Amino acid sequence: MNTIEREVDVLVIGGGTAGPMAAVKAKQADPSLKVLLLEKAHVKRSGAISMGMDGLNNAVVPGFATPEQYVREITAANDGIVNQKTILAYAENSYAMIEELDRWGVKFEKDETGDYAMRKVHHMGTYVLPMPEGHDIKKVLYRQLKKTRVEITNRLVATRLIVGDDGRIAGTFAFDCRTGDFHVVRAKSVVLACGAAGRLGLPASGYLFGTYENPTNAGDGYSMAYHAGAELSGIECFQINPLIKDYNGPACAYVTGPFGGYTTNSRGERFIECDYWSGQMMEEFHNELSGGNGPVFLKLDHLAEETISQIETILHTNERPSRGRFHAGRGTDYRERMVEMHISEIGLCSGHSASGVWVDEHAATTVPGLFSAGDMACVPHNYMLGAFVYGRFAGESAARHAQEHGHARVAASQIDAERQRVWAPLLRESGLPPAQVEYKLRRMVNDYLQPPKVTRKMLLGLERFEAIRDDLELLHARNPHELMRTMEVHAIRDCAEMAARASLYRTESRWGLYHARVDYPERNDADWRVHVQLHKNAAGEMACFKRALEPYVIAMDHDEQAAYQQLRIHKEAVPA
Amino acid sequence: MSFPIFSITEQRTSVPVRIDDDLCIADKGCTVCVDVCPLDVLAIDLSKGKAYMAFDECWYCMPCEKDCPTGAVHVDIPYLLR
Repeated sequence: MNTIEREVDVLVIGGGTAGPMAAVKAKQADPSLKVLLLEKAHVKRSGAISMGMDGLNNAVVPGFATPEQYVREITAANDGIVNQKTILAYAENSYAMIEELDRWGVKFEKDETGDYAMRKVHHMGTYVLPMPEGHDIKKVLYRQLKKTRVEITNRLVATRLIVGDDGRIAGTFAFDCRTGDFHVVRAKSVVLACGAAGRLGLPASGYLFGTYENPTNAGDGYSMAYHAGAELSGIECFQINPLIKDYNGPACAYVTGPFGGYTTNSRGERFIECDYWSGQMMEEFHNELSGGNGPVFLKLDHLAEETISQIETILHTNERPSRGRFHAGRGTDYRERMVEMHISEIGLCSGHSASGVWVDEHAATTVPGLFSAGDMACVPHNYMLGAFVYGRFAGESAARHAQEHGHARVAASQIDAERQRVWAPLLRESGLPPAQVEYKLRRMVNDYLQPPKVTRKMLLGLERFEAIRDDLELLHARNPHELMRTMEVHAIRDCAEMAARASLYRTESRWGLYHARVDYPERNDADWRVHVQLHKNAAGEMACFKRALEPYVIAMDHDEQAAYQQLRIHKEAVPA
Repeated sequence: MSFPIFSITEQRTSVPVRIDDDLCIADKGCTVCVDVCPLDVLAIDLSKGKAYMAFDECWYCMPCEKDCPTGAVHVDIPYLLR
């Protein structure tokens, strides 16, 4: 196995959604820069949208919504804990990004006059733009990467960021999951776009890779940012989704809702006012399941034949196309049977909730020269379009940083230490198989961290995660592919510890089910209307602290603030 | 009747990705399914010149099936989820 060193100006880690956009925008900002896109899988089909996407969940389109309205909606949906400046920057640049993607060849649904065919799914405003032909989005991105001459390396697994002697970012360490070669990539600025921590909880099926998120998004980015000294935020605001039971893909109430589909309990009754995913909505979902009214279903069987075939075409060709095969295997025809749903295992993902690396409105993290975008960057409810917009910010910011700075100096000892850590599982002659360690770790995540959160259980969870830290030294990889899984176990363990510590730190309940603490059942605005930040402190320990909310740039009135606190449908009493 | 004894490392699993060897053209140098898999679970069996699923780590996402130029790849839902 060799050590391969290379030097670039801007390094983008992660070739899914935000990453390719960042790389293209960095190159467009300054074509003289050497921009490298480093991907763990293959850029053509990597990340959360490997098979495309069926719609934009948060499009701010003039005539339907304003950036100010959108900021109010997300502030309410995330129970007030937002840096509004970051959401506003997204909202103000959302429409220009849609137009640019449209010019690049991404297909959005339009009405007969050529206007975007917007749909209402959120509690207050109208932000959903369907993409019934959104299956080609990765191809469109790939064409732009080729056109702007971004350099690409596939099958390189980043393990740790390189931090310069002066604290600036200096590049990344990686290894080739086919050859085991160790790579040292030096860069003046780095964009981290590694997706969600999607392999954190264990799916109820027991299948390690039967996750909601693309399981290659194992939380590597969260772990790398943490070890580089970056602040993370909102980790305790877990991602928990209402999904198709066992299949663990989205039931897609966003797609079916505008056609007349909706979520019901076992009696076929609606119980939530709004299908938009929020912690408060998930709490009602949980209440329905645990209160004896479950299972919960997606109901489509009342719709007309032509509507159902249209829904089938959209859902069975985009995002998770194997869904049709799953339903066929179980004999579920939307015309006759409702789709059984359940609550997913936990994950970390700011694309859906709020857990991520702390970034400002320019996608800058707290580490100089390090930028982040997409599911792993803390801009709540940012979804795919947010990944593109923040990918653009990150790429442009990284280009500017690379123009203004040289390469940071790096001690040779840092390189030797990381190479030793990465190669160790391959050089060991025997040891623990990574799949077994991962299974136990993720089962413990379910046992101790799945909400409702119990203090005593989370403390026990921390003990177990500490014990598994010792097991990391015993992991054995028989080939470079197993080494990839082995190093992912390191990242998953870091994320599990982060999830426990951040959840223990915030001694109140907030965001519905996402942070429902049995020992602190009330929301406590007096003490906890703050961000909970997590970082590696000067002693090298994982620590949490409060960061004050920035003053809101968009004022919220009382009704708006409380809009997401009452999502259960209350039936009017029928006179006897 | 005597039954064979297997080593613990030869544990069986039913794999979701099936390759039709008659259609697979890996022996002509094609590696499309191996290239596009987000989890890197496919490989080429060099002795047979055919693709196969080498690791049971499938997200049933289907780029391998969609991008295969000869229609040789079929993705089943993994048994544990089916």
